[in-house]
Parts: sequence; structure tokens; C-alpha cells
Amino acid sequence: MDLTQLFTYGFFQHAVLAALLMSVTCGIIGTYIVSRRMVFISGGITHASFGGVGIGYYLGFPPLAGAAVIAVLAALTTENLTRRKVLRNDSVIAILWSLGMAIGIIFVYLTPGYAPNLMSYLFGSILAVTSTELWLMLTLALLVGSVFLLFYRPILYVAFDEQFARIRGIPVMFINYLLIILVALTIVLSIRIAGIILVLSILTVPQNITNLFTNRFSHIMIGSVILGFLASILGLVISYYLDIPSGASIIFTLVILYLAARLMKVLTFGK
Amino acid sequence: MTAPLIEIKNMDVAYQKTQALTNVSFSVYEHDFIGIIGPNGGGKTSLIKAILGLLKPARGTIKLALDRSEIGYLPQGHQVDETFPISVKEVIASGLEHGMKMGFGNARSRHEKVEMAMERVGIGALHSRSIGSLSGGELQRTMLARAIISSPRLLVLDEPDSHVDNQFETELYSLLKELNKNITILLVSHDIGIISPYIKTIACVNRDLHYHPSNEITTDQLKVYNCPVEIIAHGPVPHRVIKEHVPE
Repeated sequence: MDLTQLFTYGFFQHAVLAALLMSVTCGIIGTYIVSRRMVFISGGITHASFGGVGIGYYLGFPPLAGAAVIAVLAALTTENLTRRKVLRNDSVIAILWSLGMAIGIIFVYLTPGYAPNLMSYLFGSILAVTSTELWLMLTLALLVGSVFLLFYRPILYVAFDEQFARIRGIPVMFINYLLIILVALTIVLSIRIAGIILVLSILTVPQNITNLFTNRFSHIMIGSVILGFLASILGLVISYYLDIPSGASIIFTLVILYLAARLMKVLTFGK
Repeated sequence: MTAPLIEIKNMDVAYQKTQALTNVSFSVYEHDFIGIIGPNGGGKTSLIKAILGLLKPARGTIKLALDRSEIGYLPQGHQVDETFPISVKEVIASGLEHGMKMGFGNARSRHEKVEMAMERVGIGALHSRSIGSLSGGELQRTMLARAIISSPRLLVLDEPDSHVDNQFETELYSLLKELNKNITILLVSHDIGIISPYIKTIACVNRDLHYHPSNEITTDQLKVYNCPVEIIAHGPVPHRVIKEHVPE
């Protein structure tokens, strides 16, 4: 089958659309995560959300809805406990990370019969994205895009220097909580594409590639959106032709692109 | 006498369960240039954080005759993440932001103010450089430009001469003296020797606070104020030793 024919299939068009929407959301949110050194927090939220998937299976509601609730709760708990210095930040993350996974495993085990699509939550399945999920991804992409477009400067200033932003009367707490909720929702909707195990790469690799060539927050955001989309499509096509899982193929493509970019930078700029 | 710009009465400040300041009363008037000295851990930073609204007093009151948006602030050392992807211009422009404003604002006016602030601190050529590529002195100048870009009524500086070379130190204090014609300045330093030629008055902070109505101070007076002389008069940077003080 040639490439143009592949793009005429409905399931593939859905996948391309999902990749586009995910690239917009993850490109923007990922830049925030990487710049603020929140990658470990995001890992904690991602894995904690598996608890929601398990509860969803057990109680019979959509696992993604369960994942969203648990991810937002984990995000708010991490932010709150860290700010109040109740526990060290990395300890909070580690506890929620493993607790979420434990809850998920217990509830999946307790669910009678076979848990369908469980693997797709762990490893992603972009080719099986539903229309409802696409609508949700579109809503989130619009929400994230609007928030960053309207409040770009306050978000940038809080991310760079929270104390100074507070002195300048910027509502630091509001911005931090709003952004951590958006991070949680982005993670949950991206789980359908790359899975819990792999989603972190989509939020960090495009940003690190772009960061090799620019040191501006806005440029990294735009570059990551474009790069994330191109890598997703390339990964999808490779996965189709080699008959390998799409999520893993996308991540593999991203990492190869990162290494190529790094090599290109060394050859061009000598560092 | 006119009403003070800042009036602190009987203030206690506790920081992470440690008493940082006890029963501090202190007034700052328009056009003051006060050097706040004292040993490390003596409560200098806690005092200015309380003035900036970053720390809440456990007891007592702080009355400000100005809005906090009229305060320019230069924090101690390099507390920011130097790998953060942000340009010099963006950092300086953040000093103009106030509250949660939507959209892009007046980009042209912001750009002009940034250019002026950069010229004023002598970093006009840095423009779009990322902060990660700056030297210690360039970063400190950037932070100073951020502090003065909004033309504040009060400028608060916490150890502005750390991480900088002697040339910038001299330029910095000359600039502050110039700014003091219009701006009230509170300057924290661990070394009275360096700042004394520039400041008008001294406040010694070591848990409690002693206001000293001159820029010169003797070792005996420092002893009375409970400010350890050896810490104040012997920093790592060469400085002018005041009056009769002789190093041990």
C-alpha cells in the first residue's frame, strides 16, 4: 500500500488528527514542564493516574475519566504538600507514583473477567482513538492554547522567578494551580496516544530537541508543537509499515530525531 | 516632618519556626538611602521580605504609604534558574508587569522602557541573549535593570555586590547615588566598609534593629548594637575600614 492511500483510511485520519491535537497541547505544556524542571512531578502524576484506570474498570465507568480525576487529585496534592513543606517534593511524588500504580493493579485484579484495552492505557493506541476522545483533545488544545496566549507573560514570569512575580502582584498560587491541573489533563489525554509508560517522552523530547537551537520559551513551545507533530506522523507511518506498536514507534522516532539534532549541532557549532 | 514611606512598629518575624526578628521598630522616609548591615542569619533578608510582603509578621505592624507595585527589588545572589529559557529583555520586562494582565499589552512602550533600563545599567548590547549565557556581573546588571525599569519610589537591594567585580561595584554604587535623587533606597550589605561612602544612614540588624543616623560608625558603636564587628568589617572584598577599627 502506498503512503497516500494510507491517509485515506478513516482510522488513520483520526490518528493524524489526534497526533496534531496532542502535539499542540504537549508542545505547550511540555515546554512549561521542562523549563520548570517538573518532569519528575509529571512522571508521578502519569503513574498515579493508573489508579483511576483500575477504579474505572472495576466500577464500570470510562477508565480515562477515572484517570483524569486521580491525575488532577495527585497534581493538586503534590503542589499543596510541597508548598506547605509537609513533605519533600520528591518523596510526595514517589509516594503518589507508587500508590496510584498499586491502586490500579489491585482494582484491575479485582475486576471480574478480562480487562479490555488495558494494554492500550499502558502503552498507548493512537489508532484506536475514538471521536469522543478527539473532541476532548480538541477542547483541551483550545483551552491550553487560549490560557498561554492570553496569560503568556504572567505564566512566563511566575515560572522564571516566583518570588519576584509575587512582589509584582501576579497571582502566583492561581497560576501554579491552574497550570498543574492543565498538566494533569494533558497527561491523561496523551495516555491514549503513548500510554502511561511512554507519555513522558512526548512531553520532554521535542522540547529538548528545540532547546538545542533556541533559548526562548515561546520558540521552544512553537518548535515542540511542529516537531511533535512531524515525529508522531513519521512514527505512525513507520509503525504501520513495520507492524510495530504506534506509541513505541513515535517515542523511538523522537529519540532518534533528538540524537540526529544533537549530532547536527555538534557538527555545525562544535558543541 | 512628612509621614514615613514605611513605618514598622514592634514587629516580630519568625521564619521556618526560627525567630528571625524581635520587636523591630523602624521608619523609612522619602529620599532615604539606608544601609542595612548585620551578620549572616541576623535577619536582614527577613526584614526586607517583611517589607515586600513575602513574610508575614508574627507580631506588630508594617504600614506602607506606597503601593507594593511601586517597589523595585533586587534579590540576593543568583536565586533564579540560569538554565531557564528566557532572554535578557524578557527578564527586564517582567519588572513592568503588575497583576494578572491579559494579552500582549503595549509592546512598543515596553520595548522602549526595556532599552532605557538596559542602557542605564550598561548592558545595552545584550538584548536577546539568554540569561544562561551571561557572566555573574551581567546577570546582576540584568536583575538591577528589572528592579528599576518601573521607576519605583522605593528600591530594595539585597547584597547587590555579591558575584560582581570591583568595576561593577563602583558603577553600581554611583548609579544608586544618582537614583537616590528621586528614589528611596534600602540596601542590605554584610560589609559597612564598602557601602559607607554612598549611604546616608545605617541600620544594624542582628535579631533586633538599631537605627544609626549617620553613614559612619565606630567599632564600639557596633558592639553596643550587638553587630559582630569582624563579620561586618572583614568581607572577602577589599574595602575601606572606617575610623579607628584595627583588624585583630
